[in-house]
Order: sequence, then structure tokens, then C-alpha cells
Amino acid sequence: MAEFHEISPNAPVAEKALNWVDNRFPLSKLFKEHMSEYYAPKNFNVWYIFGSLSLLVLVIQIVTGIFLVMHYKPDAALAFGSVEYIMRDVPWGWLIRYMHSTGASAFFVMVYLHMFRGLMYGSYRKPRELVWLFGCGIFLALMAEAFMGYLLPWGQMSYWGAQVIVNLFSAIPFIGPDLALLIRGDFVVGDATLNRFFSFHVIAVPLVLLGLVVAHIIALHEVGSNNPDGVEIKATKDANGIPLDGVPFHPYYTVHDIFGVSVFLFVFSAIVFFAPEMGGYFLEYNNFIPADPFQTPLHIAPVWYFTPFYSMLRAVTTELMYVLMVCVVLGAGLAVLKVKMPALFKAIIVGGAVVVLAMMMSIDAKFWGVVAMGGGVVILFFLPWLDNSAVKSIRYRPDWHKYLYAVFVVDFLVLGYLGMLPPSVIGGRVSQVGTLFYFGFFLLMPWWSRLGAFKPVPSRVTFTAH
Amino acid sequence: MTTMGLTKKILSGLLLVCGISMVAQANTGGPTWDKAPNRINDMGALQNGAKLFVNYCLNCHSAAFMRYTRLQDIGLTQDQIKSNLLLTDTKIGDTMKASIDPRQAKAWFGNTPPDLTVIARSRAGANGTGADYLYTYMRTFYRDDTKQTGWNNLVFPNVAMPHALWELQGERKAVFEAVTAHGQTTQQFKGWEQVTPGAMTPAQYDQAVGDLVNYLQWMGEPVQTTRQRVGLWVLIFLAGFTFITWRLNKAYWKDIK
Repeated sequence: MAEFHEISPNAPVAEKALNWVDNRFPLSKLFKEHMSEYYAPKNFNVWYIFGSLSLLVLVIQIVTGIFLVMHYKPDAALAFGSVEYIMRDVPWGWLIRYMHSTGASAFFVMVYLHMFRGLMYGSYRKPRELVWLFGCGIFLALMAEAFMGYLLPWGQMSYWGAQVIVNLFSAIPFIGPDLALLIRGDFVVGDATLNRFFSFHVIAVPLVLLGLVVAHIIALHEVGSNNPDGVEIKATKDANGIPLDGVPFHPYYTVHDIFGVSVFLFVFSAIVFFAPEMGGYFLEYNNFIPADPFQTPLHIAPVWYFTPFYSMLRAVTTELMYVLMVCVVLGAGLAVLKVKMPALFKAIIVGGAVVVLAMMMSIDAKFWGVVAMGGGVVILFFLPWLDNSAVKSIRYRPDWHKYLYAVFVVDFLVLGYLGMLPPSVIGGRVSQVGTLFYFGFFLLMPWWSRLGAFKPVPSRVTFTAH
Repeated sequence: MTTMGLTKKILSGLLLVCGISMVAQANTGGPTWDKAPNRINDMGALQNGAKLFVNYCLNCHSAAFMRYTRLQDIGLTQDQIKSNLLLTDTKIGDTMKASIDPRQAKAWFGNTPPDLTVIARSRAGANGTGADYLYTYMRTFYRDDTKQTGWNNLVFPNVAMPHALWELQGERKAVFEAVTAHGQTTQQFKGWEQVTPGAMTPAQYDQAVGDLVNYLQWMGEPVQTTRQRVGLWVLIFLAGFTFITWRLNKAYWKDIK
């Protein structure tokens, strides 16, 4: 608890007011801790803008969302019309709506780039595991938020996308059908579904999202930011205990981020004002047809940001199950033969593999597709414990690690692209290989991340003055 | 380096996949769409399109999210709208409702005629814009006695709608030719055969459909020209703002060595 601080009665009014507040609320203290005396590494590159920009998009989504809710009607008979009402009759409603629809896609662009930054520079490594875990939680919440929000315009894609995804839950053994019923609130997607998705979209998930964002930032400010060199700046401090390679977040990174924000807003506005549909990627053409439960569209595809995971879902066929079973046998066999551990652990691994194989043989491939889709996201949570490389940053890892990361990016993009297309023989094969690579990349990481000749990491960050 | 080779292989694989899927899309997309003329800033064309829309489309199709007053945006006065476009019992603030009873329409055509407010936005696809689709659709009706309505369409086979503009275009027959390729015989479209003349010449008809389609395109998003005009100023402002923040950032960071 801070001492009560008296101030000269002749001090300027602003100073007296601040002192009055500071004696009752840690305003100056918070500002110092998180802004003016929060030291961030000075060698941030362009990849470090996407965290701030994600936060900006979150604010845009919340503010535009508040105004949309003032005019939107969560009712199956009125929803589609109320969106058109916003687009036509509400003053500047079109701008608010386009900002919100473009913001949804922008959010995922920013978050994907932000996550890839973490992947490149090992930002999830000790002591930043919780920063990463909270971040993965944000990603998961964001996916739920986007999925439920997409139902609200009540167009054909809204309706059938939700129908397809909710039906996936019914593939879960035993509880599946009841779970799907619980999510829908009806036997098909209908008014009840729209109402509960609206409730989740405007209050439940945003609350979780905001809580996780706060936790993400508190955890980050506790441990301090990583940087492109993966060097701990706290290891080298001056006489006052200030990191030599750190600069105060305010003003250096505030002006830096304002510059980044203006570049972002330029691109964002260009899309909002000149290409709000973004060629059918941000607003799907089919979604301008009101939802019709009696007419299934020829081709149902989720919005682009879900398609890599949708590809993984579609990749798991009965055929691929045999490949996956071989993978389980090989994995268990290698673990038992090559890794040194007590006999009890080996027995547990063998037993576990037998159980998994039995389940793989007895449960439909559709369920395992759902597992793959969910697993593709959940596996990210384990990254801090999968990466065994000697250094954090990609800069000091063997060159072939860089190429592997490049292949991973291409793989993710190819999966995303294929997820938008109708199923095809060649596309199916490519997405099966892509899915195996995606999971192989993570599951084999404890092994491959240790291999190769690592470069020496400098003790100080590399920085060239602007 | 072998990994570089691998990257290249994967990239070429990606290109191959894109190429194949594009071919696949081209094959399944039906006939190609003709390019619709762009008259979105031509008030005369939009007004003519609005007239055609009210006279020929609005009998069966609604535009339930479009208010008559909005037609002022394409240069019509309230009086012009009231005297030329409104039915007797509708008010100028009303939305455009079809005169037909939807239940009757369903009984007659087998389908409820879809609402046309955002039809142009919904029909865009890999082959072109929604306007391109509608422009092609309205110009490829032909007589087909095997159909209940006596009409069929090239881009929308077995369409439930009879040719609403047939008086303008006249009746036409489509000439098909059996083509055998890879052991499969398919009917390929060869050309048109005019059966009865219409009130318009083919060139006049294309012109009229162009106006109608541009009106539908405009009605899909009446704010579209405003949006782009505002957008230009927003981008000009942001360009200036970006310049200032760029210099500000530079000024602060010059001390950091």
C-alpha cells in the first residue's frame, strides 16, 4: 500500500488532480509500469506490429458491433432484412457493417501473422509459455466468435455453413447427437440457433476474449517481450537496472505503433471503401441469398480463415485412417525401442497405442476428421513443450529449419486454398499429404528441432540505428 | 541445396493444383458469361433500367429491401416516381413489393420468384460479376416446347421463369449440335434462330438489358458510388496521416543508437 502523498497547495491544478487520483488509484504507477517504464527490446522488426494491430481490430469490432446490435434483429424471419436495412436505411450503416465484416477477416490476418511471428522467433519458449497459452486461447475464442457471428446475416452460406459444422459434432460417439441438438436448440439450424449464437457472439465470447487479452498482456508485461534475436534483454542491465537493449514503450513504441496503425488503416479503408466483398472472400456471394432450409447450395465452404482446418477435416477418409494407424504403430514402436525409459512407461505407451488403434478401427472416419480439425488448433497449445531447439530465434537455427518453416507456411496456404474448393480427387490427395505434414511438423518437432548446426547467439541484440 | 529443391517442387505442385482447379471450374461453370456494360454512373441508363424493372420484373418479383424514395439517388424527382413508377395503392416510402401473391406464384411457376434487391450481388462468381450473369441470362432465353412454360435458358437450364421480355426480344430457338468427344455425346450450343421478331432490334434489346442490369447492380447497393467517393477522401487523409506519423516515428527514433 502506497503512502499518502501530500502536495504543495500552490501546485498547478492538473498536478493536484493527478495527485488526488494517485492517492486513491495507481494511475501514474500503472502508466509507468506498462508504458513509460516498460522496457521493450529496441530491435523489433515489422513482424512486431501485428499484436498492436490485433488489439486495434478488436476495438474496431467491439465499437462497430455495438452500433450494429442497435439495428440488427436476431430473428430468423427478420435477420436478413435487418442487415439490408442497416446497409440502406441506417445513416452510415453500410460503413459500420463493412468495417465489421472486413474487420472479421482483418482480425484473422493480423492474428495469423502475429502467431507466425511467435513461431519464427520462439516467443513461446521459457519463460513466455503462459503468454503463448493465453494467446492460443484468444485464437480459439476468436474462431468461436467468428463462426457464430457468421450465422447472424442469415444468408445461405451462414445457414448451411452452420448446419455443416454443427452436424460435425454429431459424429462424436455416444454424446454427439445430443450435443449437436444442444448447440442448435432445434433439430435443424433455426430461430433458436440464431438467438443463442447471437447471445454468444455479442456477450459471452467477447467477455472471454477480453479477459484472455488482458491476461495475455499482463503475462507479457511480467516477462517482457521477446525479440527477433531471441536474446533476453533483462540479462544485460545498466547501473539503474534498466535493460541496455530496451527502450521505454512510451514514447518509442507508441509512435512506432501509430505509424503502423496508419499504414494498416490505409489498407483496411481501401478494402472497406473499394472492395468490401474482396472478390467473394470477405463477403461470400451466396450469402446475399436469404437462408433457405429447403435448398442446399451446390458448394458449401467456410470463410477463408477456417479453410485450412476444414481441409484437415475433409482429408481424413477411411483410406487415410490406415495411414494414420501405421503412424500410430510406428510412433509407439519407435518410442518403445529408441527412447530410454522405465518398463512401466513403455507398457503404458503400448497399451495406449492398442486402445487408440482399437478406437480408430471402430469409430467412423468422420469423427477422426473432427478430431483432426480440432487437433490442428489444439496442437498449437503444446508448442512450448514440443520445441527442443538450442536457440529461440530462427535467425540462429540451421538453415534447413528456415526452409522447413517456409514449407509449413506453403502447406498451410495450400490447405486453406483447397478448403475453399469443392472436393476433388487430386485436391483430396494433396490435402491428405498437407494434413500429414502439418501434424508431422508439430509432433516430430521434439526430434527435428534439436538437429542441425546452430549458430552462436550474440549476448546483445543486433540493431542498426534508423 | 536439396531443401531449396523441395521448396521449388512444392511451389510447382501448388501451381499445378491451382491450374487444375481453374480448369475444373471452367468446365463446370456452364457457358461463359458476356461482359455487361458498366453504366453505374449513367443516370439516364439507370432510370431506363428502373422503368424496365418496374414494368417487367416487379409484377412477379419483389425488391423488398428497396424503397421507392431511394430512386431519387438516380436523379428521379418525387413527382416522377409517384406518377410513373408507383402503383395506385403504394406510398413513396414503401419498399418495392410484387403485385403477385407469392403463394399463387409458387403454384404457377413451381417456385416463389426470388427477391431481386440484392440479386446482382448474389449472382457473382468465377465467371464474372453478378451483372455479367444477369446480362447473359436475360439474353439467352429460347423457345423449348418440352418445358411447361415453353421457355428455357442457356445459363440457367430448366429455369422456372418464362421469358419476361419476350415481347421486346421476340421468340428465338437455340440450335444445338451433337458433338462426340471421348466417347460421350453432348449437345453443344451453335447459335440462335429468330422465330418471331420482337419490338426491338437485337442491338436495341442488348442496350435495354444493359440498362436493366445496371439498375439491378445499382439497387444491390445504392450507396456504392457514395462509398467510393467517401473512400477516396479517406485514403487521401490517411496517406497524409501516414506521412506525418512516419516522420514522427523517425524523429523519435533518431536518438536510439
